[in-house]
Amino acid sequence: MMDSLGSFAVLLAVTACAYAFIAGIVAHRTGHPVLRETARRAGVTIFPTLSVAIACLWGLFLANEFSIAYVANHSNRDLPLLYKLTALWAGQEGSLLFWSWILSGYMFVVLVRHREEGELRPLAGAILAGVQLFFLILNAFVVSPFRPLAEVAADGTMRPFAPPDGRGLNPLLQYPEMALHPPTLYLGYVGFSVPFAFALAALITRSPGERWIHVTRRWTMIAWGFLSLGILMGAHWAYAVLGWGGYWAWDPVENASFMPWLTGTAFLHSVMMQERRGMLKVWNVWLVFITFLLCVFGTFLTRSGVVSSVHAFAQSPIGHWFAGFLLVVFAVCLFFFTRRRDYLRSEHRLEAVLSREASFLFNNLVLLAACFAVLWGTLFPVISEAITGNKVSVGPPFFNRVNIPIFLFLLLLTGVGPLLAWRRTSWESLKRNFTAPTLIGVATGVLLFAFGVREPYALIAFMLAAFVTVTIVSEFWRGARVIRSQTGRTWGQALAQLVLRNTRRYGGYIVHFGIVVVFVGIAGAAFNKEREMEMPMGATLELGRYAVTVKDRAQGETPNYIYDRLTLEVRRGDKVLTMLMPERRLYKASEQPLTKVMIHSGWREDLYIYFAGVTETGVPIIHAYLNPLVRWLWIGGGIVILGTLIALYPGRQPMKVAVSERAATREREVAYAKGD
Amino acid sequence: MSNPKVKFAIAIGILLGALAWLAVIGMQESKTYYITVAELKQMGESAREKRLRVGGRVVAGSIQREGRRVRFLLEQNDETVPVVYVGRDPVPDTFVDHAEALVEGRWGEDGVFHAQKLQAKCASKYEPAEGESPSASPGT
Repeated sequence: MMDSLGSFAVLLAVTACAYAFIAGIVAHRTGHPVLRETARRAGVTIFPTLSVAIACLWGLFLANEFSIAYVANHSNRDLPLLYKLTALWAGQEGSLLFWSWILSGYMFVVLVRHREEGELRPLAGAILAGVQLFFLILNAFVVSPFRPLAEVAADGTMRPFAPPDGRGLNPLLQYPEMALHPPTLYLGYVGFSVPFAFALAALITRSPGERWIHVTRRWTMIAWGFLSLGILMGAHWAYAVLGWGGYWAWDPVENASFMPWLTGTAFLHSVMMQERRGMLKVWNVWLVFITFLLCVFGTFLTRSGVVSSVHAFAQSPIGHWFAGFLLVVFAVCLFFFTRRRDYLRSEHRLEAVLSREASFLFNNLVLLAACFAVLWGTLFPVISEAITGNKVSVGPPFFNRVNIPIFLFLLLLTGVGPLLAWRRTSWESLKRNFTAPTLIGVATGVLLFAFGVREPYALIAFMLAAFVTVTIVSEFWRGARVIRSQTGRTWGQALAQLVLRNTRRYGGYIVHFGIVVVFVGIAGAAFNKEREMEMPMGATLELGRYAVTVKDRAQGETPNYIYDRLTLEVRRGDKVLTMLMPERRLYKASEQPLTKVMIHSGWREDLYIYFAGVTETGVPIIHAYLNPLVRWLWIGGGIVILGTLIALYPGRQPMKVAVSERAATREREVAYAKGD
Repeated sequence: MSNPKVKFAIAIGILLGALAWLAVIGMQESKTYYITVAELKQMGESAREKRLRVGGRVVAGSIQREGRRVRFLLEQNDETVPVVYVGRDPVPDTFVDHAEALVEGRWGEDGVFHAQKLQAKCASKYEPAEGESPSASPGT
C-alpha cells in the first residue's frame, strides 16, 4: 500500500516536473504569462509530492516491510529507530530519492521567493526542473526504492517474496553523525544547482546589471556552507568510526566532495572581482558551471564504481546515465557560452601584481590547481589505463605533496589579500598593514623552533596562522576603534555594530579565522604518534604523557550485536583521567564486525584507542594513537560555519553599486591613515 | 613599473612549474600498479621493483595470524597467491574468510606478496544479489 503510494507520488512528481520544464522553456520563448505561471506552480508542487514519497519510504522502514527490496537490504527488525530513519539514504535508490527531494525543496524556495528577478527566475526555475527531471526519471524508472522483492517459484514464474528479516544496516553507518552527515553533504551538493540555474539563466537572457550575481553569490554561500559542514562531519565520522586514527585519506569519495568545495570557494572570491570591477566574467560563469558539474560528477564517482573506493557503499550500473547527463549539461553550457560571449566582456584589466585583484587571481589559480590535482589523482587509474593500458593509482603522498604547499600559499593569501587595496597597493600601506603581523608570525616561528618544533610544514603553518590571525584581529580592532571614536560606545557594542554594518566582509573574516584554526588542527598531524601492543589483563601501554591499563574485559550481547568490551584506565602521571571502553562488535543481521573506537579528547591532543583484535591465544591487541590538536580542526570548522551564517545575515547597508563601495573603501583607508 | 602582464606571466609560470614538479615527485613516490593474480605470476622478476595492488577473494580457512602479521591466500579467477600483511595499520574488521580484499605492496623474493596495505570489503549477504550480477571486485 505505502509502496504503491510512494511510487505513484514519484510518477506524479515526474509529470509535474516535465510540465514545469517544458512549459517553462516555451513560456520563456513566447513570453506567455499564464503559461509561465502554470510552469511555476507545477514546479512548486514537486516538493510536497516528493515529501509524500519520502514519508512512504520512511513508513516502510518503520513497518519492517521486507517485501520491499530496499528495506530488506538496509534494515532489520532490531535496528534502533534512529537508524531505521537514516537507512533512507544508506543505499543508492534511497540516496537518489533523497537527492531529488532536497532539490525539490530548493526549487520550492526559489519559486516561492525571488519574485523580483524578472525573467531570470522563471528561466532558472525551468533549468532546475530540467536537472530535477533527470533525477526523477532515475527514481521512477531506473532505481526505484519502492521495487518489491521477487523470487522465481518452482514453476518458473516470478512471485513476490518477503524474507522474515532484513539484511540490516551497514554497522559503519550505525553512528549518530550518520543522521546528519549525508543530509548536509547533499544539501551542499544539490544546493549548487541553484547558482548554476541562475548563472545559466542570466547568460541565456543576457541579464542586465549585477542583480543575478548577488542572487547567485548568496545561494553559492548557502550551498558552500552546507558542503563545508558536510565534509567536516564526514571527516569526523571517519575519525570516530573507521579506526585508523585519521580523518582524511584522499579516498575518491572524499575527493569527490572536496572538488566542488574548491571551485565553489574560488567562485566566492572571484565573484567579488566581477561585482566591484566587472572583471573575470567568463571565468566566474564557468566556475559556477564547473562546480555544479563536479557535484554531479561526485555522485557519479560514488555511485558508478569507476574508481574503486572503500567508502563506496553502493555501486550499480547507473554510471552511464550520469555520464550522459554530464555531457548534456556540459554541451548546453558550452552552447550558450559561445552564443553569448559578448555578454561576458571584461570591463577592466589587471593593473599591478600587488593589488586585491591579483591576490584574487592567485587565490583562484591555486584553488583550481588544487582541484585539478585532486581530479587528476582520483582519475589517474582511469587515465593511465586509457593511455598505457596499465591501471596505475597514486596515493596520499601525491595528494599531500601537491596540496600542502598550495594550502599554505592560500593561507598566506588569506592574510594578505583582504588588506591589499583594489587596483594597486602602495609600499607605504603595505608597511602599515603588515609590519605587526609579520613580526608576530616570525616570532611565533622562532618561539616554536626554540621549543623543539622541527617539522618544516607545521612550522610554516603555525607562523602563517599567527600572521593571518593578527591581520584579522587588527581589521576588527581598527574598524571598532573608528566606530568607538565616532559614537563613544563600548568595544563590544562597537564590534557588534562593525560586524552588522558589513556582515559579508566581517563574516568573511570570521570564516578566514575559522580556516586558520582548521589549519592549526591539521598541522598537528605532523606530530602524530602511535603504538600497538598485546594487552593481557593488567598490562599497561605508554604513549606520550599517557598510560593505559587494562582493568576489565566483558563479553555479551544486545538484540542488535554481540560484543567484546575492554575497560581501560587512562592515567597521566598519577592522575586517573578517564575510563575508556573500546569494543569489538559483531552485528547479527548483517554478520558484519565493527570496532568501536574510543577517544579521550583534549585541547592539546587526542588519545585514540582502537581495539585492533585478539591474538591466537585470545589476548586483546590495542592500537593507540596520539593525535595532537585534532580538536582545533572541529572547532575551526564550527567557526567557518558561524562566519558563513554571519555573512548570510543581511547587513544594515543595502548592496552598494561598485562606485560607491570603492569610494567607501578609500574613505576608510583615509580614516585609518588619519587614525595612525 | 614595467608591463604587469609579463610579471603575472612569470609569477604564474613559477607557481605552476613548482606545483607540477611536486606532482611528479608525489606520483613517483606513490605510483601503484593494479594487476591481477594471473598477471602477477607471469611478471616474474620485473614485478619486484614496482608497487603493486592486487585484488581478490580471501580463501576460506587460509588466514593465519602470527602476532601482528597475517598470512593468507588471495584468490582471483582460480589463481591464488600467498600474501603476508606486514603493514602498520590494524587489520580491518571486514577482513574475514571470503571477503573481497585489496592488498598493496611488493612481490617478494620468497614468492610471497608482502602487503603494506590491506583493505577488505565483506562479500557476505550484504550486496543486493537478487538477479543482479555480483558486484565487480574492487580494483578490477
